[in-house]
Amino acid sequence: MIKIEFLGPMGQESIEIEVKTLKDVADYLQNVESVSSWLDKCAVAVNDEMTNDLAKVLKSGDRVSILPPVCGG
Amino acid sequence: MELYNGSLDVEAIFSKWLHEEAESNYGAYIPFVGTIRAEDGIEALSFDIYEPILEAWFNTWVEKAEKLGAKVKMAHAIGDVSVHTSSYISAVFSPKRRVALELIDEFVEDFKANAPIWKYDVIDGKRIYAADRSTPMDGSGLLA
Repeated sequence: MIKIEFLGPMGQESIEIEVKTLKDVADYLQNVESVSSWLDKCAVAVNDEMTNDLAKVLKSGDRVSILPPVCGG
Repeated sequence: MELYNGSLDVEAIFSKWLHEEAESNYGAYIPFVGTIRAEDGIEALSFDIYEPILEAWFNTWVEKAEKLGAKVKMAHAIGDVSVHTSSYISAVFSPKRRVALELIDEFVEDFKANAPIWKYDVIDGKRIYAADRSTPMDGSGLLA
C-alpha cells in the first residue's frame, strides 16, 4: 500500500492505494476531481525526496507527497 | 535552520548568529530580513511548513556555501505573523564580502522558489491561500 499526502493548502485527506510506479499515481490522481486541477502546478516527493521520474518504482509503505506552489518569507 | 511559532525576534536571532560566529574569522555577515507589510487589508500572514523537505533543501545550501568557505543560516515563522513583524531571516557569513553578497541573492531567490512553505493572507480572522503570489516548485506538473 502506498500513502499519498497532499501538503499545504490542498485540504485533501491522505489516500492509500495499491500502485507500482509514480505513473500509476498520476493515472489515479488525474481521476480524483478535487485533486486533478492542482496537478499541473504540483511537485512530487517520494519518502521526502523530490523526484522528476514518472517511472519511479514504488514499494509498499512508500509515501508520495504532493507539493502545491510555494511562497516562503 | 530554526523554526519558530509566530513572529521572529529579529534582534535576538541577529545577536545569536553574531555570537555563534564571533570567533569564526568571517569578514562579512550579510542578513536578509523579511517583514510583513500592511497591504490589501491583511492583519497577518500565516505559514505552513513541510519540515523534512525544507531541511533537505536547506542542507544542499549548507553544502554549497561550505564549498565557497561560507556559512548560511535561516529562521522562519510557522503560523500567524502580524504585519510589521518578521517571518523570515536568512544570512550568509563569508571570509570576504563578494561571496556573501552573491550567495545571499541566490539563496533567497531559491528559497522563494523551492522551499516547501505555503503562505496565507489572514483577513477578518480567515486564512486565504496566497495562490497568486505562489510559485510552482522545480519539477512541477510531473503527475499532470
